[in-house]
Amino acid sequence: MSETEVKQKKDKKIARVALVLALLVASGLLIYAVDLLLRPKYMGTVTEGALTAEYYEAEGRHQVLFVGDCEVYENFSTVQLWREYGINSFIRGGAQQLVWQSYYLLEDALRYETPDVVVFNVLSLMYNEPQNEAYNRMALDGMRWSASKWNAIKASMCEGESMIDYIFPLLRYHSRWNELTSEDFKYWFTKDTVSFNGYYLRTEIMPAGAMPPAKPLADPNFGGYAMAYLDLMTELCQEKGIKLVLIKSPSLYPHWYEEWDAQMVEYAKAHGLLYINMLDIAESEIGIDYNVDTYDGGLHMNVTGAEKCASYLGRILVEKYGVVSARGDEKLEAYWAEVEKRYDEAKNG
Amino acid sequence: MLFTSYKFIGFVILLVALYYVLPKKAKWPLLLLGSYVFYYFAGWKFLFYIAAVTVITYVAGLLISRNKVRADARFAELKALEKSGSASPEEVGKEARKRYKEAQKKKRRLIMTIGIVLALGILAVVKYTNFTIHNINGILSVFGSTKRLGFLEIALPMGISFYTFQAVSYVIDVYRDRHEAQKNFFKYALFVSFFPQLVQGPISRYGDLSKELFTPHKFSGRVLERGLQRVIWGYFKKVVIADRILTAVNALIAAPATYKGVYVFLVMMFYALELYADFTGGIDITIGIAEMLGIPVKENFERPFFSKNIAEYWRRWHITMGTWFTDYIFYPISVSGPMLKLSKWSRKHLGEKVGKRLPVYLASFIVWFTTGIWHGASWNFIVWGLGNFVVIMISQELEPLYRKFHKKVNTDGSTAYKTFQVGRTVLLMSALRLFDCYRDVPLTFKMFGTMFTTWNWKTLGSGTLMHLGLVRSDYVILGLGTILLIVVSMIGRSGSVRDKMEKKMPLVARWGIFTLLVLIILVFGAYGQGYDAAQFIYNQF
Repeated sequence: MSETEVKQKKDKKIARVALVLALLVASGLLIYAVDLLLRPKYMGTVTEGALTAEYYEAEGRHQVLFVGDCEVYENFSTVQLWREYGINSFIRGGAQQLVWQSYYLLEDALRYETPDVVVFNVLSLMYNEPQNEAYNRMALDGMRWSASKWNAIKASMCEGESMIDYIFPLLRYHSRWNELTSEDFKYWFTKDTVSFNGYYLRTEIMPAGAMPPAKPLADPNFGGYAMAYLDLMTELCQEKGIKLVLIKSPSLYPHWYEEWDAQMVEYAKAHGLLYINMLDIAESEIGIDYNVDTYDGGLHMNVTGAEKCASYLGRILVEKYGVVSARGDEKLEAYWAEVEKRYDEAKNG
Repeated sequence: MLFTSYKFIGFVILLVALYYVLPKKAKWPLLLLGSYVFYYFAGWKFLFYIAAVTVITYVAGLLISRNKVRADARFAELKALEKSGSASPEEVGKEARKRYKEAQKKKRRLIMTIGIVLALGILAVVKYTNFTIHNINGILSVFGSTKRLGFLEIALPMGISFYTFQAVSYVIDVYRDRHEAQKNFFKYALFVSFFPQLVQGPISRYGDLSKELFTPHKFSGRVLERGLQRVIWGYFKKVVIADRILTAVNALIAAPATYKGVYVFLVMMFYALELYADFTGGIDITIGIAEMLGIPVKENFERPFFSKNIAEYWRRWHITMGTWFTDYIFYPISVSGPMLKLSKWSRKHLGEKVGKRLPVYLASFIVWFTTGIWHGASWNFIVWGLGNFVVIMISQELEPLYRKFHKKVNTDGSTAYKTFQVGRTVLLMSALRLFDCYRDVPLTFKMFGTMFTTWNWKTLGSGTLMHLGLVRSDYVILGLGTILLIVVSMIGRSGSVRDKMEKKMPLVARWGIFTLLVLIILVFGAYGQGYDAAQFIYNQF
């Protein structure tokens, strides 16, 4: 074989390899596009699944990070914290967000920033094992890939779930092809911002009524698995020099038992943490009026209730933990101006 | 590790990658290791069964082969002695040599028989013990006895029917001198356990598979592409069609009191489609994976639903099983001493016409009985096997009548008549497959009968189809998928579809088609949460 022929053969081989690589990339992109189309968009009636991802779009260092379940993302207005105290905060909360999910979401956030204070709502300690795939997906799908996400998935998976379904969401959501709506096409490649720095605003009013009676507890102690993650959260905050505040948000249901409260008081004392049971002071100190400040009969706050909770907590953050106003930062001011504008529009209908 | 599990797909990717990365010497040992790892995932206890069958048949093959070598040497020695005149003709003459040869052959036959009995014995114990106990208990009950034998708690090892048959064919082929015995135990173990075909065949012969199995293959993009194409096509059949229609089949057979008449016909049709897509899909995956490793495996299907009669159907469906039964049961029985005697007797006493057929039919009966029971330890399968026998025998007996008919009515080359024949075969085979579906033989006959006694065709239009676990869109996918299966099968009549694509289409077009197919599988496949991961039907055999 002549030198030219050898060269031609080599060139042909290189061209073929390049073509195969290009085809691989094209196929990958096509499959990814279909994957994006079939993923739930959480832009319509159920928007909670969009909250986790919005964290990465928020501006500036957050002085305060909230972690927890619906009792944080519906009960604390981050806009109120900004308006009243100039505190730049974000709520990394999700529907039925379990304690280990809160821990890993915090760990994930600490890859990007170090807040002054972390506020954790303790209700989720009542769950000691994975609960529900739909809530897992809402909390975890929006996380960026990292060791934290991997561990969060591992800790959260229910029976029948598999890691590969999280790595390739198409494998989980493929059967949505016959449920696709115009929303899926509209938000195929872009998304609206649905929260206000993680706060989920509701304006309806439904006065609190009679709650179902509290069921007797089979075991008054929180489960070991859940408590282990609270320990991890405490250690992580200590290690990073972050102040951890434990709260029980003023939602009336699920029932917050005295035995649970006592454990939290003891835990806070043992670890030198502040624990605030806001249920005890909801009306007297925070000013919650359960006739007008809740949108679902006392389970969650509406916007007026959330503003009152934020206002109360903000004072503690400033007075006890010395969180200072972040106003003056032009970029941050501009960012919040836009958030406030959206907030007021949503609040005033 | 189901073929449709993510674990399996990951396992195959890793194994194929390692196969081409490792040095030549390590390639076949890697396949052996991989095969045993694969089998381990089915249950570590099952490893003992496959190891036992491997050891028994390996030793049997080796002893037969050694005996043959020694016997041949001694035979040549005796011949030389006769020529040199250094021994008496009584000791080394033609007669003496013949006697020696016969004696050695007997020895080899004995070794072969022991090997086969032991290997099949394992299969019989694990597969048929409880069936036998069940029948004994039934008999005891008939005679009014309250005594009952207890059932054995024994799980059926995955693929045991397949690898046992493969191993048995090896011993017989060594005995028949088709090939030499494999001296390397580990190479032989790879032949028995080669993972792609372990669970549902094809049942390969040592002579066909061994050379390529042990040859270290170099990486080739073309080989990989072709194997991958076959695998993708297999997954399409299994995941998009078989596992989707499975829901409806299960719903229909779970409530026989509700789903009678026309619904039995639906079971026939749906199950035929499910079984076809499931089994041929599984075999496509098997053959495709082997091809990706550069190892060609025998085809097991040749568009069986285009057959014009049942005999032809069985030449085109599960081909390796059919040829196994023909080569290792039908022919040996047909030429066995007792059968030849029976043939002679029947010709003499029953006349040439009947006498000629009796031994053939008897051998066929045994083959179909065995085929039935091989598929499963239940009367359903036995009756199903014998049902095939009856239909084939009847059609052979009616052959003169057909000839008469065709003399009067010329159907040569008529598309309408061919379509009729194909349709008739599909209906017959599908009807026989009802024995796979219903829980026992009487119920199967009863349900079959309702097709002619319960006229409920009109209820089909009242939305009942939507209560079978499928929605309208599922039926659309099934319809389109079936059309695609038929179109591809028709294109394949004049040669391999992949060959045609390779010749006529540039890489980009082929790539586009298979990317589309992958997308169809990923999106429309009945897999993951919300669907039951279904085993391949033939895994159970």
